[in-house]
This record gives sequence, structure tokens and C-alpha cells, in this order.
Amino acid sequence: MKKQRIALLGAVVATAVALAACGSGGGSSAGSPAADSNAVVQIGSLYEPQNLDNTGGGGQGVTEAFNGNVYEGLFRLTDDGKVEPLLATGNTVSPDGLTYTFTLRDGVKFHSGKALTSADVKYSIEKVLAPDSKSARKSSFPEIKQISTPDPKTVTVTLATRSISFVYNLSYVWIVNDQAGSLASKEDGTGPYQLDGWKRGSTLTLKKFADYWGTPATNGGVVFHYFTDGSALDNALLTNAVDVVTTEQNPDALPQFADNPAYKVSDGKSTTKLLLAFNDRVAPFDKPQVRKAISSAIDNKKLLQSIWGDHGTLIGSMVPPTDPWYTDLTGVNPYNVDTAKSLLAQAGYPNGFSFTLDTPNYDPHPTVATFVKSELAKVGITVNINVITSDQWYTKVYQNKDFAATLQEHVNDRDVVWYGDPDFYWGYNNPQVTDWVKQAEQAPTEAQQTELLKKVNQQIAQDAASDWLYLYPQIVVARAEISGYPVNGLNSQFCAYGIKKG
Amino acid sequence: MTRYLVRRAALLAGTLVLASVVLFLLLRLLPGDPANALLSVGATPDQVAAARHQIGTDRPLPAQFAHWIGQLATLHFGNSFVSSLPVGPEIVSRLSVTVPLTLAAFVLAVVVAVPVGFLAAHKSHTWYGALVGVVSQLGIAVPAFWLGLILVWIFALRLRTLPAGGFPPDGWSTPVDAVRALILPVVTVALVMAASLIRYVRSATLDVLGSDHLRTARALGSSFLGAMWRHGVRNAAVPVVSVLGVELATTFLGAVVIESVFALPGLGSMLVRGIAQHDYPVIQGVLFVSTFAVLVVGFLSDVAQRLIDPRLRASGGRR
Repeated sequence: MKKQRIALLGAVVATAVALAACGSGGGSSAGSPAADSNAVVQIGSLYEPQNLDNTGGGGQGVTEAFNGNVYEGLFRLTDDGKVEPLLATGNTVSPDGLTYTFTLRDGVKFHSGKALTSADVKYSIEKVLAPDSKSARKSSFPEIKQISTPDPKTVTVTLATRSISFVYNLSYVWIVNDQAGSLASKEDGTGPYQLDGWKRGSTLTLKKFADYWGTPATNGGVVFHYFTDGSALDNALLTNAVDVVTTEQNPDALPQFADNPAYKVSDGKSTTKLLLAFNDRVAPFDKPQVRKAISSAIDNKKLLQSIWGDHGTLIGSMVPPTDPWYTDLTGVNPYNVDTAKSLLAQAGYPNGFSFTLDTPNYDPHPTVATFVKSELAKVGITVNINVITSDQWYTKVYQNKDFAATLQEHVNDRDVVWYGDPDFYWGYNNPQVTDWVKQAEQAPTEAQQTELLKKVNQQIAQDAASDWLYLYPQIVVARAEISGYPVNGLNSQFCAYGIKKG
Repeated sequence: MTRYLVRRAALLAGTLVLASVVLFLLLRLLPGDPANALLSVGATPDQVAAARHQIGTDRPLPAQFAHWIGQLATLHFGNSFVSSLPVGPEIVSRLSVTVPLTLAAFVLAVVVAVPVGFLAAHKSHTWYGALVGVVSQLGIAVPAFWLGLILVWIFALRLRTLPAGGFPPDGWSTPVDAVRALILPVVTVALVMAASLIRYVRSATLDVLGSDHLRTARALGSSFLGAMWRHGVRNAAVPVVSVLGVELATTFLGAVVIESVFALPGLGSMLVRGIAQHDYPVIQGVLFVSTFAVLVVGFLSDVAQRLIDPRLRASGGRR
């Protein structure tokens, strides 16, 4: 079930993001002096790739396994959200903000042996934007007028409109060999590891790439072990069959690791938000007071506590703390049953109303729906829970917008911009917000972009565009003798080259 | 017998064709559009149409069916809608887990169930018979995944003698690891299977024990085992063999829960993934192969029954 949830998220709702946000943020980065640079790290995960191409529907799994490990971008995003040059040594932007010139690093080789040239970069960007591309981030890119390659070390990209996020967006474009052909079951990247084998339904093995241009990996290779059952994954960790679990999804399993000195539990930063999304187009949810009333009637703290114990965060809006435009907005619609009741009366529903809540059939949605139902009963609102599959959700809610309210998790970072799109499934339509989002994207500086998106964030919280129930925790569990693994896993990537074992 | 074999093989082929038509059509009745599974956020109607065209679901059903059968005729299963990878090699790879798992569990179940069930019938009025009755009833009631979890807890988490799950990356190239990976799943499936087999063996044996011809054989001076061997076993075997066939077929795909508990890359989990993603080529491929396997098992079980029971072989003898 869990796998299915992520598959949906990867393919549909929030779309799997491929950030190169690696760097060993976590674990005990002190490392062990006895680390064995030939030791193979065994990684346990619930997210097997669909195929090996992130523009061909590979999904979240291939991002986790390949991002930064097998493929690299012109830029990478660090754990604290900063963009750093990777295969590019730097870039210049024309004064009108439309033309970007990138210089490529020297001495970079693909796993096939071919040297990296500007033609590969052009090919790779075009591959993401191609009509048959299934890249999750395709729609985030601005219109590109032209990509030219004046010499093998230089790439020039001309945009149709200014795009402050362009360089950031490039951090999840894998640079692939333009001669490689189909990459569905093979790879040709420039990363510190190359693919050694993929046994579908079971394991994916990466070995060190001898001719890597940068600092070689601190281990001898990695094996990703794929599980469909969270308990089976936990058992593998308990029996040392895996060294580290990329993201622990089973709250009940945590105590057995937290209380055991042989394991280390790391609480990282997540970008996955659980939303009670209203259809803002239809009554009664077209009235902000009604949405605010519901937001105030639900005790998010109690909900989070009952599902995740002491893990996870309350956010009060769409922006997680790792986005540059985060502000704490948990006070805008605080839990207060009396406020909720008076807001309902103001909106003309003193005796409440009833609505249908479309609830995806996988964890944690059904549990959350029951909680929401009992909370809203206290203010006179009757909730009819309608359980649907992820496929039905996509057709009914996302495509046809035929719903009153729904529960859904949104995994991406920087996705507050969806509130600027009146056609998005939740139908929030505030021309001011739409305008701010547009201006932010075309802003000349990041400071201005941040300022505008902060205003967006504030406004949607004021309007209670949706009810942001909580931010998921991001928990990595590892054996104590492992260090240097990423703990934030911000957008499902798991860079393994800094992991030390021994 | 040759004529029977030919006729029975023709029946098998006919059933297979019929089954492929049925499974093809049933699949198309499922709600949902496989094209959706392929697209990312904000897909336009044009892109949906393009995706449909790419995977061929925009063509009329007969054309789609003909295309699929044409591929099957050349032993190709087509490419997955979702991954665009060929389905055939993955089925083969997963059969390398499912077939050993199913067969080993089957053999183990038979080895356990036949003597235990036989003795339980022979000693049906003693404490042993009663105990077997109770234990096998319990075995039927216990869900396989629960038994699997208990075995994992004992042998992997406490005793640390066997792996908790997974299958080695190199598969059968590392035979020791592969066998170790399969021990607990095999035992789990075998115990559950044995529990119901024991009851069939016991009741079939009881029927035979109460029969007139066996009593007569004893009266003519045969020892119990001698009479049982000459006159009893064959008679008891016929219903048991037919149940065996059904059990084997059920386990083939029914192992999906066990695959999940033990993180095994078997056929069942491939099917579940295919269904979740509306991946027609995957679903069709897996179901076709398993239908074929079930039909072959049924065929073998029928043939075995005829070999065991001469009455079925009598001229024109039909079951």
C-alpha cells in the first residue's frame, strides 16, 4: 500500500522531484576512523524504480537511487537548499535575465568513457522538455527559445521569459550521454557510481566508477534492497541485512530502534505536507469563513501526535521550513472550537452542514478522515467519508475536479506556487496571489522572489485556501557503525557516496 | 492412453485460448485509464491522447487483442506501459523465485501430509488422531502471513540463523544464499498447505479403511500394511491427487502475501504492481503464464489419476 501511495505521488500529485540535495547532512558525520573504503553499503527502501529513466516515468525510486550517485546535474542543491555548481563551473546571466551561459567542468567522463561536451547538456535539457517526456518537473520550466553550443565547453540557453528558478530547476536535470539511446534499463551518467545490476522486484546494485572526476565515494559500492512491506524492511535492518533505511514510514517501528544503541534514528527535514484540500469553487467552501472555521475546528497537534508521536511538524500553510520563503503561520487559524462556531455562523451555517470527503484508501488518509469527522462533528458539520483508490482520486478529484473536499499528501518542496494556478484541482482563485506568483518567477533577484512568495504564503493562510494538517517527519534509521548518510532526503534523493561503513 | 493424452492436450490448448480472451476482456472492463499512469502533473488532453496512442489503447479491442496474440505467438509479452521495459524477461526472472518456492513447498507439504494424514486415519480413535485433527484445523485457520511473521521472529530476529527476507542480487548464481532466502518462505507455505492436505489424506484413507474390499483382504489373511498397499493406497490416492493439483495451482499466485512478508521478487508481487498501475501487458503476461501453469498442473494431475486408477483408463473411460 505504501508503495502505491508513493507511486501516485511520484507520478501524479506532486510529482517526484529530483533534487540533487545531497551532501552528507547527517548521521554522525564524524565518521568512524576504521571506515572501510571497500565496504558495500546495504540500503533498504520502499521505493523501487519503475524504470531507470527519470524522463521516462522512473518515478521517485530512480531519483532516490540515481540522483547524485549515478547522474549529476549542471548544479546541485545542498541540504540547506542552496544551489551549487556541479558539472558547470559557473554561469553568467545577460542583463535582461533571458540568456544564461554555462561553462562546463573539465575532465568529466561518462561511464561509457565518452567525455562530457556541451552537446550532451543540450540533449539532456531537451530530453526533459520533449513532448514524450514524463519528467515530473517539465511544467516547472520556463519556455526555452533556444539552446546553443558555441564550443564543447559552453552552453547558452535563451528563455522566452525571465525565470528566477531556472538554475534551481536545472539541478534536477540529469546530464546524460547524447549517444546513449534508451535509458529505461541502463544508464550512462557521470556520477561516482555506475550501475552494476538491477534485479527487478528485489535489488539494484551500484559499483564505484573508476574514472570519476571528483572525490571518489567513501565506500566500495551500494546495494539498494526494495521492500513492499514496511515490517519486512524493519526486520532486514534488525538482522543487519540492510545498514540504513532511506525513510522510515512505520511509526510503530521506531521504539525498537530508538531504544537500541546498535541503531541511530535521525529526524531530518521533510517537505511532505498532508492537506485537507477543499474545492474552493463550490459552496460552502467558496466562503473563506467556512474554510477558516474548519481549519480552526480540527486539532492538528492532537492528530499529528496520534499518528507520529513526537515526530513531524505543524506548519499552518503550504510552505515547509526548508523553503526560503517559510514563515511560521500556525497562529493564523489556530485550533479553537468557539472561533470555528462563530465563523460558521457568520458564513450563514450556524447549524453546520454536511459534505463528502474523498479519502485515498492508503495510510494515513483513512485514519485522518475518521479524526476529521469526529472533530467537525463538534461544530455541527457532518462528514461523509468516501474511500477511493489512488487511480479514482486522479480521475475524479485531480482531473475532473468533481469533489467537495479531499485528503492528499503533497511531497514537493517549493510547491506553494500551485496556489497561483486557478485551474489546479483545489480551485483557489485569488488574482492577487496569481499575480504575485507570476511576478516572483520573473523577479530579478532571489530576495524579491522570496518577498513575494512570503506574501503568497501569508495570503493563502489568511484565506485558508486549504487546511494544512501537518508536515510529515523524515526519519532515517541506520546501524550505529554507519555514518555520513543524508538525513533530510528532501525530495526522495539519497546520495550514498559519503556513507562510511566500518 | 495416447488418444487420451492427445485429447486432453487439445482441451488444454482450447482452454488456454478461451482463458486469454476472457482475461483480455475482463482487464478492459476495469475502471481507469492506463494513460493516466504515464503522465505527470498538468498533462493536457493532447498529451493524454498521445499517451493512449503510444501504448495503443486508442485502437479497437479486436486489434489490440490480435496484436497481443501475435506477440504471444512469437513468445513476446510486449513492453510494460509504465516502465517501457519488456515483460517477458521479468516474468522469467520472477519465475526463478516463484517456481522453486512453489515446488519446494509442495514437495515438503506432501512429504509431511501423507504419512501424518495416513497415520491419523489409521489411529483415528487414539489421542494421536485427535491431536492431528486439532492441529491441522488450526493450521487451516492460521493466515500464512502471520505464520511467516512468527517464523521470521523466531529464526531471523531471535536465533539469527536465517535471513528475514530478500533474495540475493545475483539470484541463483549464489545458490547457498538463494536457498537460505527461500527456506522460511518454503516452510511457511508448506505448513499451511500441509494442514489442509493432511485432512484430505486422512479422510481419503478413512474411506478406504472402511471399504468392503479392504475388509475382505484382511479376512483373507493379508496384514494391514499388505492389504493397504495392494488395495488401499491407490484408491486413497485418486482424490488426494486431484486436491494436490488445486493446491499447487493456488500457491503459484497465492504466494503474493508471502512474497511481501519475505520481500521476494516473485510473480505475485509483479501482478499486484501491474494491477495497481493499470499496466495491461504486465497483467496479461503474468496471468497468461499462470493460467498456463495452472492448466498444465491440471493436465498432469488428470494424467496421474489415470495412471493410478485403471478404472479411469478403461476403454472410453471418462472421468
